[in-house]
Amino acid sequence: MIGVPLDHAMILCGILFSLGLLGLMLRRTLIFMLMSLEIMLNSTAVAFVAAGSRWLQPDGQIMFVLILTLAAAEVTVGLALVLQIHQRFKTLDVEVLSQMKG
Amino acid sequence: MLDLLFLVFMFPLAGFVILAFARGRLQETPAAIVGVGSIGLSALLTLLIGYEFLSTPLEDHAYTQLLWTWMSVDGFAPQFALRLDGLSLVMLGVINGVGFFIHLFASWYMRGDDSYDRFFSYMNLFVASMLFLVLGDNLLFLYFGWEGVGLSSYLLIGFWYKDPANGAAARKAFIVTRVGDTFMAVGLFILYHELGTLNIQDLMMLAPQQWAVGSDIATIAALLLLGGAVGKSAQLPLQTWLPDAMAGPTPVSALIHAATMVTAGVYLIARTHVLFELSPFALNCVGWVGAITLLMAGFTALTQTDIKRVLAYSTMSQIGYMFLALGAGAWGAAVFHLMTHAFFKALLFLSAGSVILALHHEQDIFKMGGLRKQIPFTFWVFLIGSLALIATPGTSGFASKDEILWLAWAGGHHDLFYAGLAGAFMTALYTFRLIFIAFFGQSHGHEVHVPHGLDHSLPLAVLAVFAVLGGLIPLPLESVLPHPHIASEDGKHALEAISVLVSAAGVAVAWFFFHKNRALAEKLARGNLISDALCRLWSSAWGFDWLYDRIFVRPYLWFIRVNGHDFVESFVAAVPVAFQRLHAAAAQSQNGRTRWYAVSMVAGAILMIAMVLL
Amino acid sequence: MSPHDPAILIWLIAIPFAGGLFCWLFERTLGIAFPRWVALFTMLSVLGLSCWLWATGDYSLSGIGAEPKWALEYRAPWIDRFGISFHLGLDGLSLLLIVLTNILGVMAVACSWKEIGRYVGFFHLNLLWNLAGVVAVFLALDMFLFFFFWEMMLVPMWFLIAIWGHDTPGGKSRTYAATKFFIFTQASGLLLLLAILGLAFAHHSSTGTWSFDYEDLLKTPMSAGLEYLLMLGFFVAFMVKMPVVPFHTWLPDAHSQAPTAGSVDLAGILLKTAAYGLMRFGLPFFPNASADFAPIAMWLGAVGIVYGAFMTFAQTDVKRLVAYSSISHMGFVLIGIYAGTELALQGAVVTMIAHGISAGALFILCGEVYERLHTRDIRKMGGLWSTFPYLPPILLFFMMAALGLPGLGNFVGEFLVLLGTFKVDLMVTLVAASGLILAAVYALYMIQRVLHGVSKSEVQAEDLNRREITMLVTLMILLLALGLYPQPVLDASAAPMRALAALYSAGATP
Repeated sequence: MIGVPLDHAMILCGILFSLGLLGLMLRRTLIFMLMSLEIMLNSTAVAFVAAGSRWLQPDGQIMFVLILTLAAAEVTVGLALVLQIHQRFKTLDVEVLSQMKG
Repeated sequence: MLDLLFLVFMFPLAGFVILAFARGRLQETPAAIVGVGSIGLSALLTLLIGYEFLSTPLEDHAYTQLLWTWMSVDGFAPQFALRLDGLSLVMLGVINGVGFFIHLFASWYMRGDDSYDRFFSYMNLFVASMLFLVLGDNLLFLYFGWEGVGLSSYLLIGFWYKDPANGAAARKAFIVTRVGDTFMAVGLFILYHELGTLNIQDLMMLAPQQWAVGSDIATIAALLLLGGAVGKSAQLPLQTWLPDAMAGPTPVSALIHAATMVTAGVYLIARTHVLFELSPFALNCVGWVGAITLLMAGFTALTQTDIKRVLAYSTMSQIGYMFLALGAGAWGAAVFHLMTHAFFKALLFLSAGSVILALHHEQDIFKMGGLRKQIPFTFWVFLIGSLALIATPGTSGFASKDEILWLAWAGGHHDLFYAGLAGAFMTALYTFRLIFIAFFGQSHGHEVHVPHGLDHSLPLAVLAVFAVLGGLIPLPLESVLPHPHIASEDGKHALEAISVLVSAAGVAVAWFFFHKNRALAEKLARGNLISDALCRLWSSAWGFDWLYDRIFVRPYLWFIRVNGHDFVESFVAAVPVAFQRLHAAAAQSQNGRTRWYAVSMVAGAILMIAMVLL
Repeated sequence: MSPHDPAILIWLIAIPFAGGLFCWLFERTLGIAFPRWVALFTMLSVLGLSCWLWATGDYSLSGIGAEPKWALEYRAPWIDRFGISFHLGLDGLSLLLIVLTNILGVMAVACSWKEIGRYVGFFHLNLLWNLAGVVAVFLALDMFLFFFFWEMMLVPMWFLIAIWGHDTPGGKSRTYAATKFFIFTQASGLLLLLAILGLAFAHHSSTGTWSFDYEDLLKTPMSAGLEYLLMLGFFVAFMVKMPVVPFHTWLPDAHSQAPTAGSVDLAGILLKTAAYGLMRFGLPFFPNASADFAPIAMWLGAVGIVYGAFMTFAQTDVKRLVAYSSISHMGFVLIGIYAGTELALQGAVVTMIAHGISAGALFILCGEVYERLHTRDIRKMGGLWSTFPYLPPILLFFMMAALGLPGLGNFVGEFLVLLGTFKVDLMVTLVAASGLILAAVYALYMIQRVLHGVSKSEVQAEDLNRREITMLVTLMILLLALGLYPQPVLDASAAPMRALAALYSAGATP
């Protein structure tokens, strides 16, 4: 079977994951942080699909659907929280939003 | 008749209960009838019982009445049993006889006091406890009475409770004697542990069988009992409480701190004399404690200005004589002196009380003077008491004191004899110093209120008669206390002559310095550094109070002050503090910065991966 | 076996439980006087029941020893899987303590008559449940059940202190004291639970069956090291409760903030559960380790006596003062238990009862003084002797009991303890005997400051009323009876104490 070699797919996943991680760590806005999280999730999902096609197993695609659902749920809750926070604090800067300090 | 023995203490006990529950509702006269009457009944009963006891030959020369068994645990079964023998009969007579007259006098002395019935309730409690002490058949029962008299003494010293000084004196008396009592309790532990019983008769029978003469255990046990005795009897080194105890009403001083309670130590040692005979060392200690106390108290009495304190030190010194006699093995003489001392010292205290009331509570002898003419009756009875105290021939004091000195000499205890002789000089000196200062010389313009009334004069007169003739009373002690074997009576009269001369010399010196030429005495006392220091040392009773204050009281208070908040508490308080610290440290990581969380998560993940890979 | 139905034991626990529930449920409808009367009636009826048991039963059997025999025994299955059953047993020792609990229970109800004005029903619920828990602790023979009731005593006590307690002005609050009490006892309870589980595991590993039953666990074979460890677990748990220096600091706080009934309950009864636990469980389960450990325990007791007496002297709050004196007195109990001679053990029993009565009475008196002067600070008192006719002599009486005056119960107990300890350990006896002197020091100092001197407060207050005098005179008579004729008490506890002493001498000479 001819296709993309697994290594390439994995490198892509790694790059995507790192981008997401960097975004999470460097961005100050909640929206961007959420987006970074999504990128990280999706990078793992791609890794699952690639691995599934390499080993000819359906599990990878099942995991992909699972992650998709999870990401959707997460985004729903996350965006709702972001909206609430925006309404209450008029900002989405996480440096300002440090009320949870212990 | 003898089976009514228990009533002897039941009367005072009933008097105590009635008066205690009256709580100030009883008028003076009914209170006096109950308080004095109970002792009167007791005294009558004592007479009857004494007659019966002496006229019926009893097996063992003793009568025992079992009330009930106190407790019974694992073979330890002390009983509440009364034992009447020659010794306890003498004590019974002293307590109830002298006690009755002191009560009668007190009913006059205390008139007008707010707590008239409270006073008599305590007095009755005291008499009941003292009777327990002397009638108790075993040492635990004796200890019961022993502590009971301590309590009554405490209550009576602090009777006028509104003055904190009286309370302090009362506390001191109780605590110092408690120290002695605790020694005695340990002594009881040893006796029970070694001999398996606390019954006095059994102990006295078992001890010589099981212990050799001079054995360590006998010495320790005897010394511990001696510890109890010196506490109660105000002997060295636990003597400091007695002068302060004079804070109580004067009849109390007469009854408790002169006639009866303070002689309990003498009674205890006489009662357990078998034990002391087993330990020559302990017996020597008894004699030397007596001799040293006798002299030290004599010197101190010489410098006191308070009439009651002079008498208190005199009491201490006379009890020293009794201890000296015990140490010389003259058991009977000690008890004899105990009795005669009860007569004349009670008389002295009561007449001192009469003086004090006549002068509206003035106790400083230097503010008295010339009282001989103003209150002649009191003067004469006081003089009779003093003559007995200094052992003038023909008085009871002569009979008993010379018996002691003679037996000490004849028994080979020459050093004790010399101490006693020196004591006789001191006694005469301080006694007549008191008389010359208070009753002779110039009057200080005191308003004198001449005491009168039968309840005032009768006790004094009766006690004066006893102080003179008390020496003629034969004591039924042969069956209880062994008489020392004296080879010959040679030299007894010479000795008597010497001691009379010594006393007379004391009186003469007192006359010279305190009547004839008082300025010289003042000059001598204040003359130079040495005499000044000596005077100060004597008037502070050789500094024992100061010493004990430094050794015991101050460190105790220091510890209390330093540890007032319980240092253990600070360890406990450290636990919540530690938790708070921990919490604060952990809370640092919860800084609320989302990105910081993300970074630390990544760092953690990297760390874990690295650990897995490596 | 005595002729009684064993189910009586359940009644002893159930009546106060039910009474407490009644108090709470019907307070609203029937008014606040109702709970008081119900509680009084309940406690009087269980007191009558326990006295009847004492009068009619035969207590010559011992519940301690290799083959415990009970005067009354009740057993019902509970959790069979783990060998847990509802097992109650009564012997002379537990009987005495139950009678004491019920006497003081009546006093606790009676002394709260005027003091408690808020949530009267709930107060009595807590009080009675606490008492029921204590009685159950004295009866329980299944370790699981024992632990259950052990914990159950605490919760009502926490409420009693936290809701009806006093806040010291400018000082510690009642919640602080309640929580401190709770944490101390709870932490020690955890140790107890671990030790109980350890014992059950040891039993399981040697026999293959699970059991928490007293009689089964008695015969558990253990290695010496394990025995020592488990013994320490029991000891520390009971030591905190007793309390032994240095685990005592919860007691003064709890006492000073607790309401009068709580203090009576705490000093008179709760402290005794620890001593009971040592006698019933600590020693019989681990005789060899206990014999090894005895010198240390006795020294702890001696240190407690002296340290407690020193600290008593330093107190200015009357209730703290009595609390520290309790620490000092419980030292005698600890020494008595670990001296292990029959004399000392009997002395410990008498001390427990006498201290229960005298400390209970002293706390009642503190409560009465507080109701009248509105202060517990000794420095603000003084001269009470001239203010009240009856209160001062009664206070004097109980302080004299505290300093061990012969003729009162405490003397008998302390004397027997010292006499019995003397042949075991001379030095401990001497140090403990010095407690007699120190007790005189603090007791007389307290009397001086409270009763004597010139009256400092201008308060013209009523003296004790008939209810209070009846209570206190009853306690005085009991203490006097115990001091002059302690034989009934000694007889009741003779068999268990003799067995314990035998066990001890067997443990000491393997």
